[in-house]
Amino acid sequence: MLRTLILACALIGTAFAGDPSTLVLDGSTTVGPIAKAFAEYYMQNNPDVNITVSESGSGNGAKSIVNGTCDIANMSRFMKHEEFKAATDAGRMPTAHVVAMDGIAVVVHPANPVKDLTVDKIRDIYTGAITNWKDIGGPNKKIIVVSRDTNSGTYETFETLVMNKQKMAGSVEYVGSNGAARQRVQSTDAAIGYVGLGFVDNTVKAVTVNGVAATPQTVASGTYAVARPLFMFTNGYPKLGSHLHAFVTLHLTAKGQEMVEGIGFVPVTAY
Amino acid sequence: MTSEARGTDRTIDPRPPRSLLLSRSASRWARIAAATGQGLLFLVTAFSAASILFIFYFIIRDALPFFQLRGITEFLTTKDWYPSGTPPHFGALAIFFGSGLVTLGAVVVAVPMGIAAAVCLSDVLPFTLRQAVKPVIEILAAIPSVAYGFFALVVLAPMLQSHGGPVLAVAAWCVGTPLVLLMSVVAGDLAASRFTGARTRILRYALTVALAMLGGFGLWRLGAELRGLDIDSGTNALNVSLILGIMALPTIVSVSEDALQATGRDLREGSYALGATRAETIVKVIIPAASSGILAAVILGVMRAIGETMVVWMASGNAAQIPDPWYNVLQPVRTLTATIAGDMGEADHVMGSARYHVLFAMAAGLLLISFLCNLASEHVRRRTLRGIEGT
Repeated sequence: MLRTLILACALIGTAFAGDPSTLVLDGSTTVGPIAKAFAEYYMQNNPDVNITVSESGSGNGAKSIVNGTCDIANMSRFMKHEEFKAATDAGRMPTAHVVAMDGIAVVVHPANPVKDLTVDKIRDIYTGAITNWKDIGGPNKKIIVVSRDTNSGTYETFETLVMNKQKMAGSVEYVGSNGAARQRVQSTDAAIGYVGLGFVDNTVKAVTVNGVAATPQTVASGTYAVARPLFMFTNGYPKLGSHLHAFVTLHLTAKGQEMVEGIGFVPVTAY
Repeated sequence: MTSEARGTDRTIDPRPPRSLLLSRSASRWARIAAATGQGLLFLVTAFSAASILFIFYFIIRDALPFFQLRGITEFLTTKDWYPSGTPPHFGALAIFFGSGLVTLGAVVVAVPMGIAAAVCLSDVLPFTLRQAVKPVIEILAAIPSVAYGFFALVVLAPMLQSHGGPVLAVAAWCVGTPLVLLMSVVAGDLAASRFTGARTRILRYALTVALAMLGGFGLWRLGAELRGLDIDSGTNALNVSLILGIMALPTIVSVSEDALQATGRDLREGSYALGATRAETIVKVIIPAASSGILAAVILGVMRAIGETMVVWMASGNAAQIPDPWYNVLQPVRTLTATIAGDMGEADHVMGSARYHVLFAMAAGLLLISFLCNLASEHVRRRTLRGIEGT
């Protein structure tokens, strides 16, 4: 009895001892898959480390790092000025680690003959200036425009990189996740949508943007127009040698790059 | 036996009758225990009432800053919804309209079906069958709303897009055929009964057949019209209305069936004794007698539909627009609940922004609507109770 008690105490002791062997990650649903793959790999090699990954959106990730409720905030955009200020006001120093590159692919139904769109054309579709596929070399069909919800980092990046401060039309449909956006496009032959490069599969067709296909090389080198870095934010630079440090530098290892590629994102080193 | 019983009575009698309240001679401990028990019960009861007040307080507290920041005119009279834009626009008119439209659609789907099912359960089906069917209908209420939403998004939406017209036409026929038959029989009957004479029977048949053919022609035209329809987007108000209607069904069926049952056997037997048929009894006696209960059921169903979030978030398309024309349920709409759920994450509390508070303004609007619905159903219930006591 006494022995089990001591054992339990020892276990609890190690769980809360100096070097945190529990890592809490929160934030973007886009970065989520990377974080989950990293977490699985890391926990396999370090059985004493426990890592939890939540996906509640980049905004919530930033809130968590401001409130100190997570060790790593996954974000698909850089912190906003207000968020950064709130963090420093709370005595925290958000430090960015770019773990991968993400291209936003503009996807249409596989049966759609349209192959290439310019950023201007995409913007016109989303503002409602172009409403029929026949105006851009497609069939005579009304375009069903699908966007991510305004709560997502993907929306924010698309808005920044494509919309150029113009407003989306009232008829644009909003969906709550990359998967739902892909699902809507693959089941609707007149739909156009946008998803992270990692979510493109053969059920949808990614169009080339300004003549450049969304590939890892074009995204990493920046020739593809709709691309962005993906971040993990920590509070200050993690102590060297800590689990946190090993975790946020995992993407620099060969295995880490392999995992990033496996999920469909682009390693930062893919030049 | 009787004498023995009386004997035991007499043995109890000598003790003074126990009062329900504590007697004057009760000990102090008994009084303290009673007071504690009562106090505890009161606290538990007060807690649920207080939590409602707290919800009102907190929602309104966070809603007011929005009106201070942006005023009320833009919120209620414009339909530009760009909460993340620079500058942002917070016109919620289209969103209020979307909530209203899908709720109206759900009512159109659920109310006739729900009342018909309730009548069938309470007055048509044999007792044993009813015992089996009612729980099955109530299972509908136990299915999580995300499952409904998934079905709406993955099954119903693509089906509406690829075969929308034919599906609608078949649905119209399924609903219309029995309706037309029933109406033509009843209308033929009523019309024929105005004429007296030897040929009433033939006249009745002729009228019924003529009316049925007329109705059939109308249905055929409607079907042809619907079949030609091309639905651009399957995630629209119709899709959500259908699903919300099905979700509101168990509430409506269950509560109206209880109301129909509560009218009692006397009323039915009285009606039959006066020579009424079963149809006449149901339509002219039972349903009017249970009307307030049915109305309460409908209001509860409406509240279920208007407050539902997951299904509308997944399958309504979430486009903040008023369809053109306004009754076009084949266009995507956005509802209050979906907007609150979808915009919560990024709406930054740190900034105390209008974008954050506008969601509370919407929540306050929703709360007000369901509060009014609740008041209405309570009012209806009270009025009926008074009516029953009066007779």
